[in-house]
Amino acid sequence: MHIPDGFLSTNTWVATWVFSAGGLGFCIKKTKEILKDKMVPLMGVMSAFIFAAQMLNFPVIGGTSGHLLGGVLAAALLGPWAGAIVIACVLAVQCLIFQDGGLTALGANIFNMSIIGTIGGYFVYRLIAKAVGGDKGVMAGVAIAAWLSVVIASSACAIELALSGTSPLQVALPAMAGVHALIGIGEAIISCLVIGFVIKARPDLVYNYEEE
Amino acid sequence: MRKKDIVLGLLAALFLAFVLSPFASPWPDGLERVAEDKGFLEKGEVEPALASPMPDYAWPGIKSERMATSMAGVVGTLMVFGAGYGIAALLKKNEEH
Repeated sequence: MHIPDGFLSTNTWVATWVFSAGGLGFCIKKTKEILKDKMVPLMGVMSAFIFAAQMLNFPVIGGTSGHLLGGVLAAALLGPWAGAIVIACVLAVQCLIFQDGGLTALGANIFNMSIIGTIGGYFVYRLIAKAVGGDKGVMAGVAIAAWLSVVIASSACAIELALSGTSPLQVALPAMAGVHALIGIGEAIISCLVIGFVIKARPDLVYNYEEE
Repeated sequence: MRKKDIVLGLLAALFLAFVLSPFASPWPDGLERVAEDKGFLEKGEVEPALASPMPDYAWPGIKSERMATSMAGVVGTLMVFGAGYGIAALLKKNEEH
């Protein structure tokens, strides 16, 4: 759901740029406080992995595809603040180098997928992980939060399209949330596969795993 | 994270980017589909605010479409690896001073 240039009105893209810049500034401050040595290379590896995985569009229904967003995946390993920075970093490279998402719309894309999708998704994940407990809780939390993060991010995108006068909310919101409810299933499956592997192979890389 | 894990993680990402990306579904994604169905796709057909060197993940000048995608994927993967690692190292360094 990378918004291209032209979809958003000036008011909307400027406002979302401001929100995203503020949000990322906060993420940088928080990340500095909690950044452990082992997380430094992990931020590079997660950026690379999510970028590559985002290239792999999978078909959802006739003539429509989706791809991983990766926000909850990044946040489950790096926490919400460093996770959001990783997703913003991927979005910035996609926009600047590959014209995937417009430069004016980059603020909105970061707002939807990094600020709302990743940070919001993380807190949903934690809530469920704590309530259920154990590895089962982690997996259930990742699955539900991954699905929800895609649906919520796409809904935010629909609201921005409506605010821009591009498509009325009663049209854009059900259409965006509907198709992304399907794409979100792919997000949940991929996120669970990766986190399931990491829990088996290197549980110490899961953020706050020892607390579970 | 040990060196071995970093290399393995990066290799996994490069495998996705180089080997699998040419086989990704070419169908429009969720937003493009909605834009097409709801009739606002043409709004995005404006001159981009910034001309990118590799639009649509295609390395320029490679005839084979698959190879062009693979090469763009590898270069992009290495770039974001460097960017993510670099930002993290910078934040870590700033904190220690």
